[in-house]
Amino acid sequence: MQSNGTFRKILVGLILGLFAASCAKEPPPPPPPPPVVEEEVAPPVDTGPTYQEGSLEHMVALAGADRVFFAYDSDELVNAARETLRAQAEWLNAYRYVTVTIEGHADERGTREYNLALGDRRAVAVRNYLVALGVSPSRISIISYGKEKPVSFCSNESCWSQNRRGVMVLN
Amino acid sequence: MTKMKHAANPLCMVLLILAFLVPGTAQAVVTVDINQGNVDPLPIAIPKFISAGAADTNAGSIEELSINIGRIIEADLERSGLFAPITHDAFISVPANSDIRPRFANWRPIGAQALVVGKVTPEPDGRISVEFRLWDIFAESYMTGTRYTGTPSSWRRLAHLIADKIYERLTGEKGYFDSRIVYIAETGPKSDRTKRLAMMDQDGANHRFLSDGEYLVLTPRFSPNKQEITYFSYFLDTPRVYLYDIDTARHEILGEFPGMTFAPRFSPDGNYVAITFAENGNSDIYIMDLRTRAVQRLTTHPGIDTSPSFSPDGNYIVFNSNRGGSQQLYVMNRDGSNIKRISFGDGRYATPVWSPRGDLIAFTKIGDGKFRIGVMRPSGEGERLLTDSWQDEGPTWSPNGRVIMFFRQNKYTATGAGGEVSIWSVDLTGYNERQIPTPFEASDPAWSPPLR
Repeated sequence: MQSNGTFRKILVGLILGLFAASCAKEPPPPPPPPPVVEEEVAPPVDTGPTYQEGSLEHMVALAGADRVFFAYDSDELVNAARETLRAQAEWLNAYRYVTVTIEGHADERGTREYNLALGDRRAVAVRNYLVALGVSPSRISIISYGKEKPVSFCSNESCWSQNRRGVMVLN
Repeated sequence: MTKMKHAANPLCMVLLILAFLVPGTAQAVVTVDINQGNVDPLPIAIPKFISAGAADTNAGSIEELSINIGRIIEADLERSGLFAPITHDAFISVPANSDIRPRFANWRPIGAQALVVGKVTPEPDGRISVEFRLWDIFAESYMTGTRYTGTPSSWRRLAHLIADKIYERLTGEKGYFDSRIVYIAETGPKSDRTKRLAMMDQDGANHRFLSDGEYLVLTPRFSPNKQEITYFSYFLDTPRVYLYDIDTARHEILGEFPGMTFAPRFSPDGNYVAITFAENGNSDIYIMDLRTRAVQRLTTHPGIDTSPSFSPDGNYIVFNSNRGGSQQLYVMNRDGSNIKRISFGDGRYATPVWSPRGDLIAFTKIGDGKFRIGVMRPSGEGERLLTDSWQDEGPTWSPNGRVIMFFRQNKYTATGAGGEVSIWSVDLTGYNERQIPTPFEASDPAWSPPLR
């Protein structure tokens, strides 16, 4: 039954072929997931602070502040102010190429012209203390802004105390 | 409108008002409680000026000018607090001819005590003339009249000049309406203010800037007799006193000081400027001769001496100093000799300014957490406080010594807003407090001398 056997083979082939054709539309089985590797990251490399040596940020980081504060209607350097200025002077004596301007400021509770004089006295008090600690006077200029440049805005002592200040600005 | 109690002559009425206004000259009225009621302002009728022609000018038609000039006169007189212009709706009739006697019977019933009848006429050369006649309603008499001629664009000045004439005839004092204010216009956040030198008429009109705001400027002062202003500036980060010429718009530094100079003030003859020079933390008062630029030092005390102001005769200078421990007022001879303290009340005293009449010194008083404006006699007696707000500072006198202008800073709110500054005026009585309109926040006003 050669011919019969051939016919069956063809038939089976056809059926298989059809089956295969219909099976081709199914997605292939997913590949096995890649292996996950878990490991610790290396500890960060300490590159130091982001500020430059000799910069204002550097001075503030080492001296603690760029400013000192005063009592009402006073140009006297209180203990906390002297402490800050000693640290600032140390920094200034280490970076002798730096020149600075000391700004003297007042709160709003004095009249405009009087406060210009008061701001001047505060700036001079800061300068004189730095000079006494060995900073050359030629490196320090002063300017008074009186009550013209406040930094804190309310009508009570919490703001006024912030505005009565001597600020070191690097030139 | 104020009701008439007696058929009094308006001149007498206003003299009566003035008796309350002049401390020291009237015997019993040395102090006035600012919480008391105001004096009655004088009812005055100022009907629309007659337009005697129909020409058009670059400042509007003659009809528009005649309306506007009358309005400016009414506004000036009303703002003085001494006059109450009567509403036009109450008028029984309006004069059609300014050259004849008015019908007094038409003005008595509405309570008018004075009547102004005016006329605006176009001149053949393109200028306008403005004339007025002032009438006493109860005496049925003519009081005064004047004609001014000028360019149409100067119509506001013409109106101010007429208001000055009316004020002078009815009060016996010079008017101050034809004058200007120089001040500091403030914009931007409190942490980074832009401050510009600005100038305007005393009523806020004709506003203009004299500096561009690139540098901080403060405390401008008018020359008594030249078109000059002295002021303090941080120009090129060099805080010094400068001189500004209004006509040429030139700024010039005053003197060559090796440190900050500030607090400038002209002498009454305009030949000197008193300033403060801060040397190594010591602020002292100097005067500079503007003709030779020669400088003379007046004070030598190691404390703060500043805010000098000359007496009108030029012989004395009042200033504030902390030499006694706190900020107080002192008077000295103009050569720096014979320094005497004059303020002895509670609190601190600052920014003294001598009245152009010489009889009073205005100041800022710091006490009870506030700044207030006050006046005292040059001897220090007769202190009276005129304002009661949060921070009132920096008085300046009207040219006739009747009105004081100053600047006021509001309190900050809990959120850090507030703190705005504005310019105000107040009478010597402490009454009639008014805000001066300015396009931006404003501080440090200084009144000009009369423009004439």
